[in-house]
Amino acid sequence: MAAYLSHIVGEEHLVVSAERTLFWENESTLIVADLHAGKTGHFRKAGIGIPQQVYKDDLHRLLTQILFFKAERLIIVGDLTHSLINKEMDLFRKWRKDFSTLDVHLVKGNHDILEDTWYSEADITVSHKELLLKKFLFVHDVETDNITAAKGQYIFSGHLHPGIIIRGKGRQSLRFPCFYFTKNFCVLPAFSRFTGTYLVEPGKDEHAFAVIEKDIVPINR
Amino acid sequence: MNLQQTKGYSVVSNWLLSKDFRPFLFQEQAWQHIINHKSGLVNAPTGCGKTFSVFLGAVIDFINHHPDDYKSNPGKKLQLLWITPLRALAKDIGRAMEEVIEELGIGWKVGIRNGDTDTAERARQKKQMPELLIITPESLHLLLAQKEYAETFRSLKIIAVDEWHELIGSKRGVQVELAISRIVSSQWLLVNKKPSVWGISATIGNLEEAKDVLLSPLQQEGVIVKADMDKEIEVESIFPDEIEKYPWAGHLGIKLAHKLIPIIEQSRTTLIFINTRGMSETWYQTLLDIHPGLAGSIALHHGSVDMELRTWVEENLHSGRLKAVVCTASLDLGVDFRPVETVIQVGSPKGVARFLQRAGRSGHSPDAVSKIFFLPTHSLELAEAAALKKAIKEKMIESRMPMLLCYDVLIQYLNTLAISDGFVPEQIFREIKRTYCYRELVPEEWEQLIHFISSGGKALYQYDDYKKTEIEDGIYKIKSRKLAMRHRLHIGTIVSESMMKVRFISGGYVGVIEEWFISRLEPGDVFTLAGRNLEYVMCKEMTAYVKKSNAKKSKVPSWQGGRMPLSANLGKKLRETLDRRMEVSNQGSNEPEAELLALEPLFDLQEKVSHVPKQHELLIEQIETKDGFHLFVYPFEGRLVHEAMAAILAWRISRIRPITFSFAMNDYGFELLSDQPIPVDDSNVYELFSPANLLADIQRSVNSTEMAKRKFRDIAAIGGLIFQGMPGEKKKARHLQASASLLFSVFSEYEPENVLLRQSYQEVLDQQMEEVRLRDMLQRIQHSKIVITFPQQLTPFCFPIKVDSMREDLSSEKLEDRVKKMQVQLEK
Repeated sequence: MAAYLSHIVGEEHLVVSAERTLFWENESTLIVADLHAGKTGHFRKAGIGIPQQVYKDDLHRLLTQILFFKAERLIIVGDLTHSLINKEMDLFRKWRKDFSTLDVHLVKGNHDILEDTWYSEADITVSHKELLLKKFLFVHDVETDNITAAKGQYIFSGHLHPGIIIRGKGRQSLRFPCFYFTKNFCVLPAFSRFTGTYLVEPGKDEHAFAVIEKDIVPINR
Repeated sequence: MNLQQTKGYSVVSNWLLSKDFRPFLFQEQAWQHIINHKSGLVNAPTGCGKTFSVFLGAVIDFINHHPDDYKSNPGKKLQLLWITPLRALAKDIGRAMEEVIEELGIGWKVGIRNGDTDTAERARQKKQMPELLIITPESLHLLLAQKEYAETFRSLKIIAVDEWHELIGSKRGVQVELAISRIVSSQWLLVNKKPSVWGISATIGNLEEAKDVLLSPLQQEGVIVKADMDKEIEVESIFPDEIEKYPWAGHLGIKLAHKLIPIIEQSRTTLIFINTRGMSETWYQTLLDIHPGLAGSIALHHGSVDMELRTWVEENLHSGRLKAVVCTASLDLGVDFRPVETVIQVGSPKGVARFLQRAGRSGHSPDAVSKIFFLPTHSLELAEAAALKKAIKEKMIESRMPMLLCYDVLIQYLNTLAISDGFVPEQIFREIKRTYCYRELVPEEWEQLIHFISSGGKALYQYDDYKKTEIEDGIYKIKSRKLAMRHRLHIGTIVSESMMKVRFISGGYVGVIEEWFISRLEPGDVFTLAGRNLEYVMCKEMTAYVKKSNAKKSKVPSWQGGRMPLSANLGKKLRETLDRRMEVSNQGSNEPEAELLALEPLFDLQEKVSHVPKQHELLIEQIETKDGFHLFVYPFEGRLVHEAMAAILAWRISRIRPITFSFAMNDYGFELLSDQPIPVDDSNVYELFSPANLLADIQRSVNSTEMAKRKFRDIAAIGGLIFQGMPGEKKKARHLQASASLLFSVFSEYEPENVLLRQSYQEVLDQQMEEVRLRDMLQRIQHSKIVITFPQQLTPFCFPIKVDSMREDLSSEKLEDRVKKMQVQLEK
């Protein structure tokens, strides 16, 4: 059991982390999906008392990951925020200020509905549909119709919140968030811990890495 | 005041005489107490005038207060509040009461308030309350959510709670307790008076407690009025032609279906009670298949059948046009169907009270005998029939335990008060401390609850927008109209599985079905609902569209939940029954029971390959098969206790040596299965079943978390954490959705002291594990002889458990084949 595992796509070296991040070594880039900042706040505004600590913790985990990998760039493949503006977003902005040298890119997801000015004030470079770096294409939802990768390109995406069921003996089964790598694309687990999962079933020649608490575990069929 | 000398009594008794009725003694007793302004509980079986015992009492009291002008002077204000658990009952009861009121000529109006009441009627009621309001617990709370509700109850004289035995063990009962506490207190504050409270209940084991729970907000002792009308009940088992020595659940029943035909034919109307909705569909089809002549005179009735169709069935039951109705617990309650002469119970009724209640649905004239047939779904259930007979004779009727400290219902209630006139915490705290449910609530917990609804638990203050209740001059209020409307839609404590409507493509509604079942269907698949074969076409916006199908084969949907465990009383009787079997086989006791005689071949085989446990023995079987090492234990305590015990035992064994198990269980026993030998023997078995450290071990066994997660789903919905969306707001609501299991993990990690989370663990202990019963069982086992056997093959006792555990992996046809093969091999 380990908190980090390496995974190679083409000639690029990646590190899969149990903190639900993916580090692209060659480019010193940290990739995350579905942060859903402000989700607890959105619930709370509606009178549903979700503990806000889960959100604070998310930001803290992201900070630790950036420091650990000494990342120079952060790519968020969509759903940085959850809904309309609320006070929790101020905490994110404050968090962002502490990393002023970090280059932050967002590929917009369906939840990213804030005003353009918010992103520019937060010093976040926004791509509306996709972002291409070397042979890696970053999108929010790989299943959208208008996404096509050129030959030799590999896609990184989010949106799905993939999860996997691990069955034990005697019909025991447990569900964990996972990284899902197919031949052409990868779906990252939702970074936020206040998110559910959608079941995926990796086929042959596909890889999944389950996030089991503090460990990352490759699942082979 | 002597009842007989009052004006009201003479008016009412004259009216009764004119109809050739005479009041029963218990009714007169109740009337006397009512005019004396006492409170209490009437205990009477259905169909002998229990409604009139309280309703006419209220009428008499009203006439006494208006002796000269009771005809011309309608109360103009609410006099009697009639709380009933069933919406469907309201109409029938209302109609019956209206008739009486009309014939007596008192100027009362009868109103009905429930989920079906339209807005125009509600508005009318708000302007002018009827004198008699029939209401469900949910709708009563909705009244408390209206501004100036206290005015509504200012004039109220009597609160009657019908079918209290049905409500008391549930959160709806808690809703009733809370509503009574508020009404009583608000009337007191307004006019220095208190209404009387009357419950009406069938016989349960803890009547005295049931009365105390209901009257607790009044802080009065109260009286119990009993109708001593013992109904004779005749129980007859339907025997298979040959006893299967390797019984397995669910399969024998259908094979015996042909034996029902003569019973149905000889009786005017027959009710056939089936334990699950899925099986009732199968039975309905089977009966039609083997006797097509029943077409048109047999119907199906269960909770997922379209309401209109159910009403049609009920009406035709009344008029006697139906020969037979296949039903589930959906027909347990409600008004009597006079034409019903015979009742058939298919499979274990799981408890004495329920069996009696069902039997009581037949033979309505006071001196008629209630006749109930018992059809076993596997041969061992015949022993249950023998146990039931004994239990009925000894009147061992189960208790219904009231629920305690339901934080979720309390949170909902506080929000309800917050959207109407607001509440002052100190005052409400005093009130709820007078209820039975919350009398043990300590100030610290109360503070936590208030904190939770006013500031949303743990927060990062400067980054928080939490908004729900606001405080204004010490009064807690919800001012946002949106939040108020949302709350109103969520009042209630019945949380259903996510259901989908089923409609014909050509139009027309069939019923509802659980979402997960639909999600596993492919277009073109055929399934059965409401007795019809339907082909699944497509799914759109929470509705499944279907068309008729003539396919021979179809899937039968299964509905989750609602599998009752064998009651403690019946379990005890069953253990005694196994003991009695010895008397039967030895020298023939006074009354050799047919059921036990029939089962002798099975018991003989069990004795030969293993052992038949006596009353003060616990049997454990260790068997090795190609699947692995099995440990079977037979406490006869019901599946829930067995599930918990299996988890605890697995945990305790794993401390001896690391080992993993899978579990299976039924109402008689449970199984642990492992791929390595299970270290249980004479030297450690008493310790493994010790009650010491029970609580700690429960908490450590994995299942309690999993079970709590399941409980949390309902609790979170009742407590307002799960929001199911509003009509016309579908899109927006999506951003507010989080699954119960996600909320459960978030709270477990970040706010483990949250009251709702604690409650879910408590409910697991109380209900899911039946901790008290579990502890009693372990204590009993400590004083029992534990018999461990090592059979060379599967035994008749373990067979049904084993088959049940295979069921989940296999489709039913395949299972049937496999079981047959196993039976053949074993019988050799």
